[in-house]
Amino acid sequence: MSAHNEKPMKLKLHVWRQRSPQQPGEMKEYALDNVDAHMSFLEMMDVLNEQLANNGEEPVAFDHDCREGICGMCSMVINGQPHGGHKGVTTCQLHMRHFSDGDDIYVEPWRAKAFPVLRDLVVDRSSLDRIIQAGGYVSVNTGGTPDANALPIPKTEADQAMDAAACIGCGACVAACKNSSAMLFMSAKVSHLGHLPQGQAERYSRVKAMVQQMDAEGFGNCSNLSQCEAACPKEISSKVIAELNRDFLKGSWRGE
Amino acid sequence: MKLDSKIPSGPLANKWSKHKQESMLVNPANKRKFRVIVVGTGLAGSSAAASLSELGYNVDAFCFQDSPRRAHSIAAQGGINAAKNYQNDGDSVHRLFYDTIKGGDFRAREANVHRLAEVSTSIIDQCTAQGVPFARDYGGLLSNRSFGGAQVSRTFYARGQTGQQLLIGAYQALSRQIYSGNVNMHARHEMLELVVVDGHARGIVTRNLVDGRIEAFAADAVVLATGGYGNVFYLSTNAKGCNVTANIRAFRKGAAFANPCYTQIHPTCIPVSGDYQSKLTLMSESLRNDGRVWVPKKKEDLSKNPASIAEADRDYYLERKYPSYGNLCPRDIASRAAKQVCDEGRGIGPAGRGVYLDFADAISRFGKKVIAERYGNLFDMYATITGEDPYEVPMRIYPAVHYSMGGLWVDYNLMSNLPGLHVIGEANFSDHGANRLGASALMQGLADGYFVLPYTIGHYLATAKQPKVSTEHPEFKKALADAEARLKKLLSLKGKRTPDSFHRELGLLMWNKCGMARNARGLKELLQEIPALRERFWRELVIRGDAASMNVDLEKAGRVADFMEFSELLVRDALDRDESCGGHFREEHQTEEGEAKRNDAEFLHVSAWEYQGEGQAPLRHKEPLNYEEIKLQTRSYK
Ligand SMILES: Cc1cc2nc3c(=O)[nH]c(=O)nc-3n(C[C@H](O)[C@H](O)[C@H](O)COP(=O)(O)OP(=O)(O)OC[C@H]3O[C@@H](n4cnc5c(N)ncnc54)[C@H](O)[C@@H]3O)c2cc1C
Ligand code: FES
Repeated sequence: MSAHNEKPMKLKLHVWRQRSPQQPGEMKEYALDNVDAHMSFLEMMDVLNEQLANNGEEPVAFDHDCREGICGMCSMVINGQPHGGHKGVTTCQLHMRHFSDGDDIYVEPWRAKAFPVLRDLVVDRSSLDRIIQAGGYVSVNTGGTPDANALPIPKTEADQAMDAAACIGCGACVAACKNSSAMLFMSAKVSHLGHLPQGQAERYSRVKAMVQQMDAEGFGNCSNLSQCEAACPKEISSKVIAELNRDFLKGSWRGE
Repeated sequence: MKLDSKIPSGPLANKWSKHKQESMLVNPANKRKFRVIVVGTGLAGSSAAASLSELGYNVDAFCFQDSPRRAHSIAAQGGINAAKNYQNDGDSVHRLFYDTIKGGDFRAREANVHRLAEVSTSIIDQCTAQGVPFARDYGGLLSNRSFGGAQVSRTFYARGQTGQQLLIGAYQALSRQIYSGNVNMHARHEMLELVVVDGHARGIVTRNLVDGRIEAFAADAVVLATGGYGNVFYLSTNAKGCNVTANIRAFRKGAAFANPCYTQIHPTCIPVSGDYQSKLTLMSESLRNDGRVWVPKKKEDLSKNPASIAEADRDYYLERKYPSYGNLCPRDIASRAAKQVCDEGRGIGPAGRGVYLDFADAISRFGKKVIAERYGNLFDMYATITGEDPYEVPMRIYPAVHYSMGGLWVDYNLMSNLPGLHVIGEANFSDHGANRLGASALMQGLADGYFVLPYTIGHYLATAKQPKVSTEHPEFKKALADAEARLKKLLSLKGKRTPDSFHRELGLLMWNKCGMARNARGLKELLQEIPALRERFWRELVIRGDAASMNVDLEKAGRVADFMEFSELLVRDALDRDESCGGHFREEHQTEEGEAKRNDAEFLHVSAWEYQGEGQAPLRHKEPLNYEEIKLQTRSYK
């Protein structure tokens, strides 16, 4: 640790509190002293919860698990921006050194029709799972697959597949989009599999099935503003959306 | 209790194929008459649930996260081993088998480990067919890197996100089965009880973490794929939700717990930075391919800028002590070596608990671009957390709790001593002995789920001949009532302290006296301190809110209560195993150079603990380890 000489910070937090999906929610204010610059944002929330418990209040519910930016569970809109708006960083990796003594910080859940709030900052993202279930895979059963090196794949293609596959499914793209579209999430999967020979057999049927599911879930249309790309903690490029659109069109021509 | 490992007879290399031949099958039309519960959707659980469903079984799958894709396997960084010998560097099934047994300090079963090495090659084929984007060379073929404890390059990887990519592959296979209607996926469900009917595992009780509903599920077999218990130390590289609840609940219903004292401390993690610390972040072992570990030779250099310390004044202690493996010696050895130099007062950073992991040589040899390509995301992660740039200054690292080799006891069929209860992945004890080699957990999880369990569970279902049960059975009613009573008891406590504060306190006790080094005195103290802490927990805890809605503190409290119970079992096992082996280092038993000293005459066995009732000391059983193929020797990486 670079020496701990920074002074502890005092913050004013404004946090969305909502008991259940049925009840209305509201922003509540909490003062927090003694915030260390080396804490992560979630550690700061832990301290808040410890303080709430000591005052006899219920803790703020929020989703989190790995706390290292890979599981996609954490999901807070911080000062109006999903994950706080720092490039390539999830909420759990955001550190308090990016804030200053005396700051007001607004913490809200992902907001989208397809992501109903369950409690406080926790939302239901099962709609994303259902988009994958509709077609986001290669249909192979376990066993009987050819040797992994039987089919060389050009490194550049494999790298592009990996760039898209880096998506952690957090839903920040949806939260950032003014139409609450899941285009970046869905296109990342389409691009991942579309760049690999293994993904070709179902290339066009996959796109169609996933798009249908996305519409059925109540996600909006792509706004073409690339707010999703800016919010993506894994910096997935919005060019994957163009890839999806191309495959979608091609698939319709081919009548698939 | 009878512990029959059911290891097939015959030559080691033929055991698995012979066993498959001799196992009973369930015919395709009958498979859909069976229902299997799979708890956990990490690599082990997802691969098992998908494969079982593809075969035609009905599956109910469970996880506590909001999506099966978020299981802790997602966080694995470095890679997965397989004996493909694509590098033509002398690898083989036998060599992977041997390295794994030796890496485990000769405390694993030969037959299980050999099978693991055999099926490892199919895993890479399977994952590639699913579209897992493994790293490739310019010729388009798969690329490999080296991991600790091996002198060949057999580790497959997908940048620094191997676990993520493998899990997404298994999750997608599972998603396809969910879509087909054969798998009912229950996310945000936590298993609170195992249900045993007529001696067979027949179901579970869960709490719906969204609305608090307690429900029972019945089936013909139960599979636990619930991961490891590293969080008993509070601070670990595990995800926050990792817990021992499912395993300890099964233990209380009669499943034996094997080798709980075998915990792995990973040498390369970002050091603790303050009291508020909630978890520790791993810096993948793959970094030791190119990073060199060192501390200053002289104490007066400790606070100097590392770049200004002359080469001659640096102690590259791993290269010095273990010249043939160097920075790539196994984890237990690298961790203890780091502790030793810090104990000598040569540790760097706050409180002297850190060593350097330095990439300056590699950067000057290969250039920054190549290093960024290999480890870019890890370097970024380090910079994000510490605010320091590892391209410019060496990383500071220190060991942290990482993995549990111990787990529920299973036989060769991955079935516990409780018929019908199967345990796979990190949750079982089976393949890693007293120390796991890097990149072997992903291999084991997928081996179990894709290629072992689908065969062995078929044999169980074909032969168990148990009548169908429903959740109306009195055992289910009782398990439901037990789960509810426990939650009620937790909610009735009127103390002042949060579950987290108790968890921290327990973790610190465990780390100080049962961490990287253990001795009889400390362990005996723990056997006093843990029950005392547990007693305070059940008095001083407070949980706001109720059981009928999402209640994060109630979830935590249940897990901490189980850790309070499990920690004592772990310590008991550590005291009982009066030798040093692998990750279990008893200070009383070391060589003059401070290496672990095994005692094969007395401890060449698996310790399997049987629950004896509330407040009773558990009973230790021994499964002897018979080495037929490998000659026992002192592990050396010099
Ligand atoms: C940071 C890190 C990096 C690692 N890197 C590597 C690596 O490079 N190579 C390697 O081989 N290994 C690595 N490992 C180890 C490896 O990732 C794990 O051992 C492995 O992924 C465990 O898989 P699993 O399927 O057994 O369990 P997990 O992936 O932990 O899954 C457990 C599942 O059980 C569920 N569950 C648990 N308890 C309950 C309950 N009570 N009720 C309902 N559901 C429950 C969870 O929801 C989850 O779905 C790493 C580990 C860590 C911590
Ligand atoms: S908690 Fe896993 S990505 Fe943030």
